[in-house]
Amino acid sequence: MLRALGRKGLSAFSWLGRSWIFIIYVLLGTFGVIRRWRDLIKQIYSVGVLSFVIIIVSGFFVGMVLGLQGYNTLVDFGAEESLGVVVALSLVRELGPVVSALLFAGRAGSALTAEIGLMKSTEQLSAMEMMAVDPLRRIVAPRFYAGIISMPLLAGIFSMVGVYGGYFVGVGLLGVDDGAFWSQMQSAVDFHEDIMNGIIKSIVFGIVVTWIAVFEGYDTVPTSEGISRATTRTVVTSSLAVLGLDFVLTAIMFK
Amino acid sequence: MALRQEQKTTEPLVSIEGLSFKREQRIIFDRINIEIPRGKITAIMGPSGCGKTTLLRLIGGQLKPQKGTIFVDGLEVSKLSRRELFTLRKRMSLLFQSGALLTDLSVFENVAFPLREHTELPEETIRTLVLMKLEAVGLRGARDLMPSELSGGMARRVALARAVALDPMMIMYDEPFTGQDPISMGVLIRLIKLMNDAMHLTSIVVSHDVQETLSIADYVYILSNGKVVGKGTPESLQSAGSDWVKQFINALPDGPVRFHYPAADLAKDLTTGEPPC
Amino acid sequence: MVQSKVIETIVGLFIAIGLTAIVILALKVSNMTTLNSADGYEIRARFENIGGLKVRSPVKMAGVLIGRVAEIGFDDETYEAVTVMKINPEFRKIPEDTTASIYTAGLLGEQYISLEPGGAEEYLADGAEIEITQSAVVLEQVIGQVLYDKASGKDEE
Repeated sequence: MLRALGRKGLSAFSWLGRSWIFIIYVLLGTFGVIRRWRDLIKQIYSVGVLSFVIIIVSGFFVGMVLGLQGYNTLVDFGAEESLGVVVALSLVRELGPVVSALLFAGRAGSALTAEIGLMKSTEQLSAMEMMAVDPLRRIVAPRFYAGIISMPLLAGIFSMVGVYGGYFVGVGLLGVDDGAFWSQMQSAVDFHEDIMNGIIKSIVFGIVVTWIAVFEGYDTVPTSEGISRATTRTVVTSSLAVLGLDFVLTAIMFK
Repeated sequence: MALRQEQKTTEPLVSIEGLSFKREQRIIFDRINIEIPRGKITAIMGPSGCGKTTLLRLIGGQLKPQKGTIFVDGLEVSKLSRRELFTLRKRMSLLFQSGALLTDLSVFENVAFPLREHTELPEETIRTLVLMKLEAVGLRGARDLMPSELSGGMARRVALARAVALDPMMIMYDEPFTGQDPISMGVLIRLIKLMNDAMHLTSIVVSHDVQETLSIADYVYILSNGKVVGKGTPESLQSAGSDWVKQFINALPDGPVRFHYPAADLAKDLTTGEPPC
Repeated sequence: MVQSKVIETIVGLFIAIGLTAIVILALKVSNMTTLNSADGYEIRARFENIGGLKVRSPVKMAGVLIGRVAEIGFDDETYEAVTVMKINPEFRKIPEDTTASIYTAGLLGEQYISLEPGGAEEYLADGAEIEITQSAVVLEQVIGQVLYDKASGKDEE
């Protein structure tokens, strides 16, 4: 029992250590990413653009649900004009960054892990190394930066679509006053306090999710079983990391 | 160029001395010595799992030996810095068993990859070079295909074109013949020989396909259980090897390596065995 | 080559949409627009207590939004709050003897400044100050007052 615990602890520490060494090597490849911007664009395509539809659809639905739920609660206090505030604040501060990061982990994170894991198991990474090309800089670094760039954009799109989803339900279907919806929202949502902090959150989530995804891919046991395990681990670990970090960031930002 | 080659021809390109390598508890190499002469095709053979691929990775510097030294062209591989190692690797190629083509690049881009990475050549020059290399392996017409559309043999030929893109001094082939039909096997054998002679390469072929390998090799090492159990030219091995080497080379089912996994006497086993339930 | 161009265009579009979304959030959802509207003129008012009034709280006249609070300061000689309101330029005719009060929109709503026009012929100019003001009603004070009144009423009995 104790031994198993010790072994788990040690392997967790070695995982952490390896992932830090890994990220330092990746960051050393920053200059190469700028030089090979075409590669970066290709990766933004597969990481960001391919997550676009799922982000739009879920953003709209989340916004609509917020509109419905918020209305039902607020109408009891006769404060349904504040619906815009409720929808916008919950999206911009929390749901936008968090839900889009979770979706991103499921859609793009798992794909990154699988892709890099497959490259490892088919010896492509090894072959690159033998061609005197560092796969960390050539393969991992552009994907890492693509994730960091895509995440805040996706979160912004999510929040915006969500606000319109809430508007559609609140104003369009439930008859909340159009002007009140927007003006109350505008006077309650602060650009620096709420929107900037939301963006900062999503950048942090972007870093963490992509980091976990590319590291798990690179660290895969190069078999098909290993890849499927690594993919699962990416989704689980990065989702937990997002939720945990969200708490920490919220505590720091909105004291 | 010619002069330099002249001066160095006497010393081997790769020399391995007293190499020991262990993976966890398993001993893979136990103080082996191997010398790879320049400009020749050297075959390294042995049964499956005797660490042939590991040997190539050690020469390529992807693994470090626990004991012993590996010199490639006068440089001790395990003592090189990362930068020096990468410089050395530009001059040698490893042809992986699967070909290891980059799946998101076309055949053309795969061959162009090392050129784009390591040279600043203009686009037309790269195009010319790539088409020449592809022509050499007979796949100029397949340049726009993706790796997923290639057969195994074609993938290996593309990988070969990629391996010679930078005109290396040495190519290491990891099991080039495994899983090939007779025709593509014949093509690969011809290509390896052709590349070696036409480009003054040094080739190391790791394989357990005895007849194919012996047909092109100038010198052969046979490994078993972490030791070199036989070495020499193909002719000398066929006539003067040990019993084990003879069994291996001639693919005899029975010899020093028994056909049967060690077991109790058959008759006894049959009479005393548990009845199936 | 053609395909990589298509991809580059799509990625460009994606980044543009993402940035637009953030800009929309900034302008439409938050208060960036009103913050930046440079036109309009300023009038001042002093209050004993502004309660929960904030920068960018609405300024209304007859219930119509005519401007927003631009600045809240404190005068350490009179111990009063000094508010600066930015009034939209189309509402030029605010009489000099206008009263400014701080009200709450509904029981739980936000606080705003309400202007009640007087009868003067002269209108407030840029930088002018409203003389007659009524402070915010602080809920605790009201409750405290009610309780106090009740208590003292009982004593008299």
